Amino acid sequence: MKYFNYLIIIAFGAMLIYASLGLPQRGPASEVASQETSIAGTVLPSAYYIKNAYRDANTPNMVTVVLADYRSIDTLGEEVVIFTAGLICYMLLWRKRKNAA
Amino acid sequence: MQHRIASPIILLVSRFITPYIMLYGFYVIFHGHYGPGGGFQGGAILAAAVLLIRIVNDPEVYEIHFKSSFGIPFGAAGVLIFFGIGFIAMVLGGNFLDYSYLPLVGLTQADVRSTGILLIEIGVAFAVMAILVSLYDNLLGEENV
Repeated sequence: MKYFNYLIIIAFGAMLIYASLGLPQRGPASEVASQETSIAGTVLPSAYYIKNAYRDANTPNMVTVVLADYRSIDTLGEEVVIFTAGLICYMLLWRKRKNAA
Repeated sequence: MQHRIASPIILLVSRFITPYIMLYGFYVIFHGHYGPGGGFQGGAILAAAVLLIRIVNDPEVYEIHFKSSFGIPFGAAGVLIFFGIGFIAMVLGGNFLDYSYLPLVGLTQADVRSTGILLIEIGVAFAVMAILVSLYDNLLGEENV
């Protein structure tokens, strides 16, 4: 049974590696992820971000501009998630300290 | 109430190393414009510095350093900094979180957006640090106080 489990894990890993061979390359400009319009004709944002991040926000780090400026509502949501987790932990676990020094 | 007597070497090393951890945390926050870093990472490093003081010392020492009742209010303040900057931009005529409408005179529009990014990173770092410390305090519970 133990060896059967190992066999399942190895087979699944081999399947994932085989599936990853079909992913598109990230580098070339001719790939789908780098194009300015999608197959359906809509405008894709990634090329715009790469071209205009420094001009728009005067910040050399493109990742920061995408995270905190173009997609800032997403970052606000992440922060609210962290705050909510802390608040729930506080409500579940906090007890009034009777003999506080 | 049980006093843990830490080794003097641990006390001394923690006192020596904590300011540098905090300084590195601020570096990570403010260097987020130019390299890897930002509010989440810097806030976690600042929380590591505060938690080092909490692990080594007794409550009457670390309550002076960062009061355990400050965790949730400071986290709420961090979220309010982020939300408030977005809301100010919305009140002054732009979209929500459109930093180019922030009331900073004497800067170009791109510089205003850069400053807005810095301000919200500070808000994120504030919330992450306070919430991590608050989680530690709440999970520790009553018995060590």
